[in-house]
Amino acid sequence: MAKNKIKETSSKKQEMVLMQGNEAIALGALAAGVDFFAGYPITPSTEIAEILSEELPKKGGKFIQMEDEIASISAIIGASLAGAKAMTATSGPGFSLMQEGIGFAKMAEVPCVVVNVMRGGPSTGLPTSPSQSDIMQARWGNHGDTPAIVLYPNSVLESYELTIRAFNLAEKYRTCVVLLSDEVLGHMREAVVLPDLEKVKIINRIKPTIPPEWYKHYKNNPKYISPLASYGEGYRFHVTGLAHDERGFPTNRADEIETLMERLKNKILHHIDDLVQIESYMMEDATRAIFAAGISSRAAKEAVNILRKAGRRVGMLRPLTIWPFPDDAVRKYLFDMKTIIVAELNQGQLSRELKRVMGGVWNYSKQKKRKIVELQKNNGEIITPEEIVNLFREVR
Amino acid sequence: MAQIPQKVIHKYLRHEKKFPHVWCPGCSNGIVLGTVIRAIEDLKYERDNIAMVSGIGCSSRMPVYVDFNTLHSLHGRAIAYATGIKMYKPHMKVMVITGDGDSTAIGGNHFIHAARRNIDITVIVINNYIYGMTGGQFSPTTPTGDKATTSPYGNIDSTFDICKLAIGAGATFVARTTAYHAIEAKKYIEKAFEHKGFSVVDIISACPVIYGRLNKKGTPAQMMIDMRDNSLPIAQYEKLSEEEKKFKYPRGIFVQENKPEYTEKYAELVKMFQKPEEQGK
Amino acid sequence: MSDKVEKHREGTIIKQEDSPVKMEVEVNDVKSEGDYKKTPVYIYYDWCVKCGICIEFCPTNVLAARPDGYPYVKHPEKCIHCETCDRLCPNFAITGAKR
Repeated sequence: MAKNKIKETSSKKQEMVLMQGNEAIALGALAAGVDFFAGYPITPSTEIAEILSEELPKKGGKFIQMEDEIASISAIIGASLAGAKAMTATSGPGFSLMQEGIGFAKMAEVPCVVVNVMRGGPSTGLPTSPSQSDIMQARWGNHGDTPAIVLYPNSVLESYELTIRAFNLAEKYRTCVVLLSDEVLGHMREAVVLPDLEKVKIINRIKPTIPPEWYKHYKNNPKYISPLASYGEGYRFHVTGLAHDERGFPTNRADEIETLMERLKNKILHHIDDLVQIESYMMEDATRAIFAAGISSRAAKEAVNILRKAGRRVGMLRPLTIWPFPDDAVRKYLFDMKTIIVAELNQGQLSRELKRVMGGVWNYSKQKKRKIVELQKNNGEIITPEEIVNLFREVR
Repeated sequence: MAQIPQKVIHKYLRHEKKFPHVWCPGCSNGIVLGTVIRAIEDLKYERDNIAMVSGIGCSSRMPVYVDFNTLHSLHGRAIAYATGIKMYKPHMKVMVITGDGDSTAIGGNHFIHAARRNIDITVIVINNYIYGMTGGQFSPTTPTGDKATTSPYGNIDSTFDICKLAIGAGATFVARTTAYHAIEAKKYIEKAFEHKGFSVVDIISACPVIYGRLNKKGTPAQMMIDMRDNSLPIAQYEKLSEEEKKFKYPRGIFVQENKPEYTEKYAELVKMFQKPEEQGK
Repeated sequence: MSDKVEKHREGTIIKQEDSPVKMEVEVNDVKSEGDYKKTPVYIYYDWCVKCGICIEFCPTNVLAARPDGYPYVKHPEKCIHCETCDRLCPNFAITGAKR
């Protein structure tokens, strides 16, 4: 019974509304067809749970507040295996607790979405202040090698759109997709015109079409993604966190384990072009650039505007897909830049990746050094355009 | 050669799996698996509607052998995974196979909260007083004074009574039996399956190769004889003096009451929003 | 049984000194190698792991242990089809059901 997950709402033109970031994530999830949410209260992401606790029952969807974040990630994986489009939302501390579960979802290839509205860390840190210090955890948080899909918007509208995209990618690639946000993005309000729901593309997981006896839910195929049946539909398959063969049974045969690990890796890395989204702003004739994501990229864009007015040839590059890291796009845009400023609210998690991609500061083709300058803040405040402009003038 | 008889159980086993199964000779897990299957056979449940979830540990290797919708989840989290399945598909019969450590140590938080919610999940605890899979460490039910690989001088921890824990948290069906009393176990498991609400069946089990060996409990058969002799129906157990109670434990149904079930309460909530004509659906 | 299984089994069996399972000496006493019609209790030797539970709990002592530890039907006439062995076998390796 392939339940139609497209949200049936009237197609009246969406008018402009004032909307909070977290609210946009909740509505984006509803637009994507979320029908199961399990969460645990944590500042600054609780609004997502509150809104979904109000909206899901109206749709016949399921909402449950679990006893902790570990239970939340476990419940959404269970629900997803039963056929749900499942999601949870948390912040730093909860995200740390969910890592083992996220690892399970990737290993067992169960579609689900985890929203991490980042706050000051580590530990209890700054619950009501923003940070971008979970970027590495979003990639390497769970033990073992499992590539990650992590998206990061920088506006209320984009929070809505990337939530839908997170669900689509989770369903398409049968994995756990993390949507990053931060305290400011989550709590700020913006005037927003939501896209018309008819035009929103919704992707549902591929269902098996062959009879249960032949169905192998981890069967390898060139696109690395095999159909996923749901519990209760007559397929009666086995799911485990143990290394498993293509029928899902535990194995310790090296060849079967290698097939599995290669699939989990290639499933992501061979689809980089489909996964990566990057925004370049005034990079066409730029000789210097600012690299930033999320809330910091808003200040970066404003700084570019200020500097452009002063005649400087500056541009901004922003990854919407943090992981897999857009190596090629970054190299293409930033290779010949004289100076690159990396503005982020942590101690260099993006700049570390940038330096890896750029191969350090030496620009072989131009036989010149390029400057990679870090503008980092860790005090709970956001980076301002003036700070970037001043640093830019200093560094020129 | 005469046609080889087909046991009831063989019908439910996954034939691609290697038998004899992974459990040690004399381990009660096999007995409990057989009992669960016989209960399901007699209740005539639809296999497509059964979800068997387990955590990590010896007990949790059970679902892989049976032809249901099976999930071998993370250590201690089986009940949370099962909550997800049950919430999304309330018509499914969801059962959790877990061990004493898996359910009350690392999984304690999920155990008591699922009981508090009274969600319709049947939890079958293979209570063999030890962490078997990891080689024999003591668990929350290892009797005080007993030996384990991490209590070489005798376990100083005090123990959980899983049934009292479940009752205290709000479970509405709680029973204890032993692997020896297979007929009684099957009856309680059937009652637990049929019960609408959080049901716990604590099955005292034998781990001869580790717990039995470390504490000189003898052969598997001897351990089951001990089960037979050390357990008493509740009524008889109450008559014992305090002194005698130390060496025995009660077996039977401690609690069986009907309280609003979680997924039904949620369905009522959803009904509020359905248009009148959809109400009947 | 493949010898691989045999070696594996020999290696893991715990020498139980005070085992109540009496070791029967007369090997040639073994009748039912699985001929289903003559014996009320059928043993799937491929699955049996010699835990001794069925031998111990058969109420009428129909079963006894061979020198290598496997159960065999010593007194088929005594079987009352109570299926205790069937119910208590952890490996589903024996059935006493009425045919």
